[in-house]
Amino acid sequence: MPPLSFEVAGGECLAVEGASGSGKTRLLRAIADLDPVEGLVFVDGAERGEVPGPQWRRTVRYVAAEPGWWSDTPRACFAPEAIDNGRLDRQLDHVGLTRAHLDREIGVLSTGERSRLAFVRALQGEPKVLLLDEPTASLDPGSAALVEEQIRFQLYAGRIVLLSTHDAGLAQRLSHTRLKLPKPRVVHADGAGAA
Amino acid sequence: MTYVSLTPFDLALAAILLVVTAGLSLAFRLGLERTIAVSAVRMCVQLAAVALVLKLVFESGSSLATAAFALMMLAATAYEVGSRQERRFQGAASYLIGGAAPFVAGLIASVFAVSAIIGSEPWWSPRFLLPILGMVIGNALAGVTLVLDTITTAATRERVAIEARLALGASRTDAMQDVLRRGLKAGMTPILSAMAVAGLVSVPGMMTGQILAGADPVDAMAYQVMILFLIAGATGIAVVLAGIAAVMLLTDDRHRLRLDRLTTVKKTE
Repeated sequence: MPPLSFEVAGGECLAVEGASGSGKTRLLRAIADLDPVEGLVFVDGAERGEVPGPQWRRTVRYVAAEPGWWSDTPRACFAPEAIDNGRLDRQLDHVGLTRAHLDREIGVLSTGERSRLAFVRALQGEPKVLLLDEPTASLDPGSAALVEEQIRFQLYAGRIVLLSTHDAGLAQRLSHTRLKLPKPRVVHADGAGAA
Repeated sequence: MTYVSLTPFDLALAAILLVVTAGLSLAFRLGLERTIAVSAVRMCVQLAAVALVLKLVFESGSSLATAAFALMMLAATAYEVGSRQERRFQGAASYLIGGAAPFVAGLIASVFAVSAIIGSEPWWSPRFLLPILGMVIGNALAGVTLVLDTITTAATRERVAIEARLALGASRTDAMQDVLRRGLKAGMTPILSAMAVAGLVSVPGMMTGQILAGADPVDAMAYQVMILFLIAGATGIAVVLAGIAAVMLLTDDRHRLRLDRLTTVKKTE
């Protein structure tokens, strides 16, 4: 990956496009500080390295294409204060889910349901930046439209959204800037910035 | 009761059983004759060497010789734990944890035993310290092997779940707590089972040895109970030390999961 430098303003969306293996996931993970990578990332003037890792990731929230669960049901993977918050019902409803989904076995939920639950989970705690890795790839057209609408809603609320996608239409509709990564050679992210 | 000393002839008699086993291997074409012979000879040479060295150390009564023997145990422990890991930490970390955790825990338990319980004079008297240290380390070693194996395997298999927690802002201790807990449980299980069945399924080796050597069974039992307490305590300490060290090495100060620090090797038996 060649050296990258870019800025994204609040309420704006940057779409990261490129072939499989071009480093889209790597770029998003690097911004979330999930992998050791050289380069500087700023949010509101604070550089990634100056902020403790957990605090940084509460501000800069990465949502993997294949979300992870560490319990039998989604409920335990949500913070208790999020479960008690009435807003969770609305957030679930907006992506076509209900509270009942929180108590289903992870293995019983469809890939699309898990993906939407992970999206709602990432909204808890009001992050400033959302890094969405293929947010609609595993969704049927109806669910994809719901999630797309919610991403737009997050942009209206002033959040920064970086999303990786193979879907040129989604990138076209949501993003203010499109970043096309070249075909994969040596993968090495070097200098990424979000402001 | 008197102590019956065994002559080389007695040992040769006992070895007849092994010859029978080798014969069975030949009869059933198991191809194990060579392994049986090599293992038997190796065991005799190793034990004879240790017995001779221990005799020298006991007779010398030297603190330096005692320390040297203990350090040899440390090196053997480090090699044993480190080489048994399927997923090893890069560099010598697996060997360092594998040696240090059982050794430190074993030393704490043994020194406590010889100074506070047995009251040997001097406290480092090799006759008491070395056998106890060896037995405690040998058991703690098994626990540490299991902890490291469980934690590195679980962290690798559950990478997605651990990173999901980290991505949501969890600290490394929060994100790794399930893996750590599972590792500690795995490490403690063998000694807990051993305590539960001690005497019922098998009379522990040390107690058997003492009874054969002429000790009163009740005295032998008292020693065995002390040793089992020491082993359980030391295993607990060793397992926790190794578990925490493994979690720290698998994550970094930015609270990232660092599976890149592991290398997979073909397991050696």
